Amino acid sequence: MLKKRIIPCLDIKDGRTVKGINFVDIQDAGDPIELAKKYVQQGADELVFLDITATIEKRVTLIELVKKIAQEINIPFTVGGGINSLEDAARLIKAGADKVSVNSSAVKNPKLIKEIADKFGSQCVVVAIDTKLIEKDWMVFVHGGRTITLLKTLDWVKEVERLGAGEVLLTSMNNDGTKSGFALDISFSVSNLINIPVIASGGAGSKEHFVDLFKNTNISAGLAASIFHYGELPIPKLKEYLIQQNIPIRK
Amino acid sequence: MIAIIDYNAGNVSSVQNALKRLGYESIITRDKDEILSADKVILPGVGEASTAMSYLKEYELDTFIKEIKQPFLGICLGMQLMCTSSEEGTTDCLGIFNARVKLFPPKEKVPHIGWNSLYKLKGGLFKNINAPEDVYFVHSFYAELCEETSAECNYIFSFSAALQKDNFYATQFHPEKSATVGEQILKNFLAL
Repeated sequence: MLKKRIIPCLDIKDGRTVKGINFVDIQDAGDPIELAKKYVQQGADELVFLDITATIEKRVTLIELVKKIAQEINIPFTVGGGINSLEDAARLIKAGADKVSVNSSAVKNPKLIKEIADKFGSQCVVVAIDTKLIEKDWMVFVHGGRTITLLKTLDWVKEVERLGAGEVLLTSMNNDGTKSGFALDISFSVSNLINIPVIASGGAGSKEHFVDLFKNTNISAGLAASIFHYGELPIPKLKEYLIQQNIPIRK
Repeated sequence: MIAIIDYNAGNVSSVQNALKRLGYESIITRDKDEILSADKVILPGVGEASTAMSYLKEYELDTFIKEIKQPFLGICLGMQLMCTSSEEGTTDCLGIFNARVKLFPPKEKVPHIGWNSLYKLKGGLFKNINAPEDVYFVHSFYAELCEETSAECNYIFSFSAALQKDNFYATQFHPEKSATVGEQILKNFLAL
């Protein structure tokens, strides 16, 4: 049976992880390789690296980092942040990223999804969507959630599927950072509307939140950052609990 | 030396990285002499079947591969190219294995992405592996079950997760991305 995936997300700035962590046996909490290896050892099913570096010069650092990750890590990983062109995507894939994630750039230029999918296959293209409930509609936001668009999330996910996206990474801005649980309604709607896998993000605060997500929706994977980074919910504990709750999980 | 066949498919460096982690040197090449002198040969692959087949033909590797005598491992698209035909771009393939490659019906999410279990393991590739063990899959097309199926996986229905005939081995999943289980499978291949 296909397993539900647990995916830690690491924010990267200038080649270092931004949020600290408190694993006792990690020497350098800011080293993304150290942290990534720790997560792999703990049973993470995939990793996502989100680059929040602002400047173009620092992107070179990212490419070098991706090469190192690819050498060290034996599970799939996605790299996102600042991918504006086919060339940006190609550089990361060539450096060893299994998938790239596009967000604002795909809204601005939807053809980018098709270009990357045509060149490297749909399995390489994750479309990340930041969404927020505005009155009755879940709307798409860009630029790190700062700018609202005219796109309704339910329309946009159909479009990205049509353009050849392999997966959707759906972040609820209403839930992100609240630790009050995933946005079950939009996760339910999106995962039933499209036939490509959907990763839910935003709001994970406890192991029960993952149970709610996997029992009530057709979501394929749950992504979280802070609860893993700060050691509040170790991945082995989470997985053990999900298995007890009869959710298909890789041991 | 391990030869990784270069035919413009993606994912080539991740196989090389995985071999390096296991302590094996490899060369990415389409030079026939280099391939023939290698201890083992790997046909990796991420990409589209009909395009990949046209590259194999262009480099005259299609008939050449079938005559290779060393242990040979096809991965993902590499495995699909070793079957009789593929619905992806409607192409004839190498015909090493007597299985057709078809598109998953949209009864579940397609592509099939993630960790899924292996069953009914046979042959040297799965030495010291106890089913069911989870490995990483990412594909929209599958090889049907056939006499040469050496591992099964279930998604919508049972399909060939691995195939073997004589010195030809193949996996639909990515051993190079399947954590320690995948490493064991690669080690088994390298020890053949």
